[in-house]
Amino acid sequence: MNRFFAFVIKEFRHIYRDRRTMLILFGMPVIQVLLFGFVLTNEIKNAAIAILDPSKDEASLRLTSKLLSSGYFRLERSLASADALEPAFRQGKIKLALVFPPGFSHTLRHDGTAQLQLIGDASDPNTATTLINYANAIILDFQREQVALSNPNAPGAPPGIRVETRMRYNPEQKAVFNFVPGVMTLILMLVSAMMTSITLAREKELGTMEVLLVSPLQPLQILLGKTAPYLALSFLNTVLVVALGMLVFGMPMRGSFLLLGLECLLYMFVALSLGIFISTRAKTQMVAMFASALGLMMPTILLSGFLFPRESMPLLLQIISVLFPATWFIPIIKGVMIKGVGLEYLWKETLVLALMALGFIGLSLRNFKNRLE
Amino acid sequence: MSISVQNISKSYGPVQAVKAVSFEVLEGEIFGLIGPDGAGKTTLFRILASLLLPDAGQARVDGLDVVQDYKALRRRIGYMPGRFSLYQDLSVEENLGFFANVFGAHIRDNYDLIRDIYVQLEPFSDRRAGALSGGMKQKLALCCALIHRPRVLFLDEPGTGVDPVSRKEFWDMLRRLRASGITILVSTAYMDEAALCDRVALIQKGEILAIDTPRGLTAAYRHPLFAVRSDDMYRLIRDLRDLTPDADCYAFGEYAHLVVPGGGSPSAAILQYLEARGHTGVELLPVQATVEDSFIDLMKNGVWTT
Repeated sequence: MNRFFAFVIKEFRHIYRDRRTMLILFGMPVIQVLLFGFVLTNEIKNAAIAILDPSKDEASLRLTSKLLSSGYFRLERSLASADALEPAFRQGKIKLALVFPPGFSHTLRHDGTAQLQLIGDASDPNTATTLINYANAIILDFQREQVALSNPNAPGAPPGIRVETRMRYNPEQKAVFNFVPGVMTLILMLVSAMMTSITLAREKELGTMEVLLVSPLQPLQILLGKTAPYLALSFLNTVLVVALGMLVFGMPMRGSFLLLGLECLLYMFVALSLGIFISTRAKTQMVAMFASALGLMMPTILLSGFLFPRESMPLLLQIISVLFPATWFIPIIKGVMIKGVGLEYLWKETLVLALMALGFIGLSLRNFKNRLE
Repeated sequence: MSISVQNISKSYGPVQAVKAVSFEVLEGEIFGLIGPDGAGKTTLFRILASLLLPDAGQARVDGLDVVQDYKALRRRIGYMPGRFSLYQDLSVEENLGFFANVFGAHIRDNYDLIRDIYVQLEPFSDRRAGALSGGMKQKLALCCALIHRPRVLFLDEPGTGVDPVSRKEFWDMLRRLRASGITILVSTAYMDEAALCDRVALIQKGEILAIDTPRGLTAAYRHPLFAVRSDDMYRLIRDLRDLTPDADCYAFGEYAHLVVPGGGSPSAAILQYLEARGHTGVELLPVQATVEDSFIDLMKNGVWTT
């Protein structure tokens, strides 16, 4: 046991003496959470729009002010003529334009119907769709008010279906709810897998592996001794990311901290054993780094359901995504933090992760060579 | 018998690094493997340290088979690889402490073994190993390899990259270690270090050319040998190679060594020959062969026939 602790202490020393490692361990998570938090958001606030309003009458002004007071839109410019539309879009100054016909109020009152034109900049289709939907919703609302205004207690108001939507768990549809779990998954994978995969390869590169092999250290002692410090440090990282998510971005915590902590430890252990597995195969730090970056980071970002819903992936990718620990971990964090559910709903994911951990440690032990070559 | 090697062979792909090598090392002996880079010394060391599997042959170290008993063997040997293989980011003290712990040894129990070496390192015990000089690094590596009191010590080219003074100190230490009963197998490409071993094996291209004591090797050297110098060494060496059909001449420190097999040319004849070729400042004196001369002769003429 003494032997094992000596090894762990040595590993800690390697870590805290290497400024680059420390930076990756603690600088990167913070930067990533903040970056993702502020940049990667699909909510739209203050989108620049242009309004072409030749009528400037009561109804058009009221609709305009309703749009602009919603918080979603900001008037970038008022256009004088339809000719000004094209340049405004070309310059990229505006994402959406609202075009009123002349005599909007008049037409609306007399004909009971009027036309409006919404023009979106679909070079970014997601944003355009979202903005058009927001605008449509506001216009629909305006229309309802208009009907109520024109005949306050008319029983003959046109029949219509009023849809009442409720977004459970995340009524405001905040993007943080999605990205905090995603970023946690990513960072833990990065720190745990990448750092450990480099560390064994480093011993091989520097020639110290030769000396370790000749020592009475058991392979399992070497492997676990390599993982233990990173497990502790990754756990600190988790605390950091969760705290940032909750304090800075208002991420809720509806479930139990204990469960979250244990699940995070489990996931970290999977990631670490994966890192060790990579490093038993990689000969140099460079190879280890590429293997973990390409083999782990990319799928974690792209396939885990962090950025893109897994349901809409081609079947083949869906099947592949099952192999990555992140795919199983994201539902766990979301379940615990956002839905507040317990292990009774998450046991399946947890079991899969546990099996993965055992599998990778087993494979690493099998791959670990008692000799050089 | 401390180390016994029988017909060990090892290939890397098409390259045969070690070809059916056999030798034996007695207990408490300093045995040198002498040969140029690429001779197969490191491969042989790794096989004996149980780090590589031989393709054929058998080897026992301290009575243990290097393939089957590798676990037990690893507790009994100290191995210092040719490349500096300690943790550069750990201090002198931390490195030593780590290796002691890993081998389940205590520094104070075996301090007597490393004291002579470690006192020189002690002023730098807080310094990171990476910041030590080449000689100090070697001493630290030796301490780390000795801290568990191994029965057999493998030192792969310990003199490489070390200044001459440190090298001398290092060898003095090896002699003291031998006194405490540790068998030492050391490899080197420096011929002057060969003379410091009890016995040496000259190895080239994976084959052993000769095994003998340094004195035995030089005594077996039978050709007349001269040290020569002149004002134009380069031309001198070229000219002397043409002295007789089988004459050889090579640079040796600030002199050139001239070998005249058969001994047909006395000094006077050689001086005359050089004078006729316009050499000035010529010095010529008969010398005793060194291990290097023996080695060069062996490489040229194949395995020793005495």
